[in-house]
Amino acid sequence: MSTASATSRHEDHVEGRSLLQDAARRFRHHPTGILGLAIIVFFVAITILAPVLRPVDPLKINLRDRMLPPTWTMSQQELEQKQLHRWSFPFGTDVQGRDMLVRVLYGGRISLRVGLEAVAMAALVGTILGLIAGFFGGWIDTGIVWFVDILLAFPGILLAIAIVAALGQSLLNALIAISITYVPVYIRIVRSVTLSLRESEYVQAARALGSRSVRIILAHVLPNGLSPLMVQLTLSIGTAILDVAALGFLGLGARPPTPEWGAMISDGFGRFRIAPWLSIVPGIAIFFSVVGFNLLGDAIRDVLDPRLKR
Amino acid sequence: MFAYFVRRLLGLLPVLFGVSLLIFTIPRVIGSDPARIMLGERASPESYQRLRTELGLDTPYFLNLKEARTRGIAGLFDAQYPTFVAHAVQGDLGKSIFSRIPVRDSLAHFFPATIELTLVAMFFAVVFGVPLGIVAALNRGTLVDTGFMFLALAGVSFPVFWLGIIMIYLFAVFLGWLPPSGRISPTLIFHSTTGFYLLDAIVQGRWGVLWNLLRHLVMPGIALGTIPLAIIVRMTRSSMLEVLGQDYIRTARAKGVERRAVINKHALRNALLPVITVIGLSFGQLLSGAILTETVFAWPGIGRFVYDAISSRDYPIIQGGVLFIAIMFVLVNMLVDLSYAFIDPRIQYT
Repeated sequence: MSTASATSRHEDHVEGRSLLQDAARRFRHHPTGILGLAIIVFFVAITILAPVLRPVDPLKINLRDRMLPPTWTMSQQELEQKQLHRWSFPFGTDVQGRDMLVRVLYGGRISLRVGLEAVAMAALVGTILGLIAGFFGGWIDTGIVWFVDILLAFPGILLAIAIVAALGQSLLNALIAISITYVPVYIRIVRSVTLSLRESEYVQAARALGSRSVRIILAHVLPNGLSPLMVQLTLSIGTAILDVAALGFLGLGARPPTPEWGAMISDGFGRFRIAPWLSIVPGIAIFFSVVGFNLLGDAIRDVLDPRLKR
Repeated sequence: MFAYFVRRLLGLLPVLFGVSLLIFTIPRVIGSDPARIMLGERASPESYQRLRTELGLDTPYFLNLKEARTRGIAGLFDAQYPTFVAHAVQGDLGKSIFSRIPVRDSLAHFFPATIELTLVAMFFAVVFGVPLGIVAALNRGTLVDTGFMFLALAGVSFPVFWLGIIMIYLFAVFLGWLPPSGRISPTLIFHSTTGFYLLDAIVQGRWGVLWNLLRHLVMPGIALGTIPLAIIVRMTRSSMLEVLGQDYIRTARAKGVERRAVINKHALRNALLPVITVIGLSFGQLLSGAILTETVFAWPGIGRFVYDAISSRDYPIIQGGVLFIAIMFVLVNMLVDLSYAFIDPRIQYT
């Protein structure tokens, strides 16, 4: 959605540092952007600090406390009977009696990290291919565009599913598969920026002065593509987190005992009649983290594009 | 226009070639062996070899140079990929490893259910998305606008399958208003001739069945339609805002045209073009979103069919299903492109 509009709006401006300072200043007056950033910082902090916040092993099986609902919803009588206190398990426990709160915290480590890594890999590969395609043109460009068109022929998560189906189920394969599905977007963005700059006067001037292609690309072309790239990066992290969860839910990502949000929802899916908290809790975690990245992405688009500021 | 259409179709060939190459190559690169999967580890070498020959697995992947020496061109293409493409072009996508049912027949069987679900989801998304987007744009900066935009943001931030689970819990288990899964109650006797149950129920005048079908469609339709809904709201809003800032809108207002007419005639018609693009593109996306929704709601469509094949590693189904969905997606996108000429008279294809 925002991909298409982001690319078309961002092609031909951006001026070095002053824009960044300008953007930073505008960002400080962007309440939803700050909210998004705050949510992200919160999630990153609690997942990193998970071992400190709740020093329990997320894989530890505790058969005595199997499938307990969130303890604050239980009556005093039940609590005493089970020798628990009100905040023993704020998010309940799963089938093996594992603490859901710890699992959600540790799940964030996997879901957020895999989402970030997938997008980072895609952006790196896509940027390199996009620069090459746009700058050199000719048959290299034709070949890369063909490759992009092929990948874009698979709607949404289908390509990732097909790749994991072929490579076999694992978290790493899910990461690779998701990353591949995001590559075309970056190729397109960077290629279009590069194409528009290739014939610009300052690039020609650099060429006339004898700069080598690599230097021209890195010093003159790439910085101009950073702004649309930034917007796309933030927005794709949100969707990548959703995709990681989707693959986990379909049983194509992390394997069961691993605390991964999608796999946890799937684990609770078969039991939601008796233990709805098993799938509700990780879903809420996914929702808020994705909202965080989407808010930040929208804000970054607003502040980086002065034309949108009316 | 026709020449353009043909040219666009021909332009798809390289893409489809690449798609088929990709689908063909991936399972082979990682060395999965369909014959081994079908027979299991303990099969006798003879029966294993016989099956490999039957499936054509002992010919080379791309070009058969050995056969080419004795049989010429025909021998050269006696290889796995050319055979796969030749068969696919004729609509033969192979047979399921386990059930031995032709993949084409299964796809034809499951496709109507997916189309039905996708259309309902899209209907829901458009019927709610466009008006909400317009209202948000007309009330720009107010609480209404902020509220709708937040809902739209939430819509793209939910995992679809999670939303499905929550809905099942709430409306089927807890409140008992709607059936939790499936396409039709198993106790109903209903014979469908086309595979499109809604259509058949209407044609046959079976209103009780129709009601039952609709009740089954509500939750999966909403779950699948959430993302396109959110996207359509945002797109309609921004497109409306852009059009409302145009000179001809100011002119229309200045010459005293009624506000309602300005919005309906001058603004909305022009604002809807990008919205239609988004609708068309989402339609293709829904085909893949259906995999998750169909899994959650046990909806007997293509997505679930392919997903089940993945769990059982039934490669002909995965290959055929993925190829089919990709072709559908590419064709829909092309049709969306072509439809501009009808919607926007300024665009002419030559």
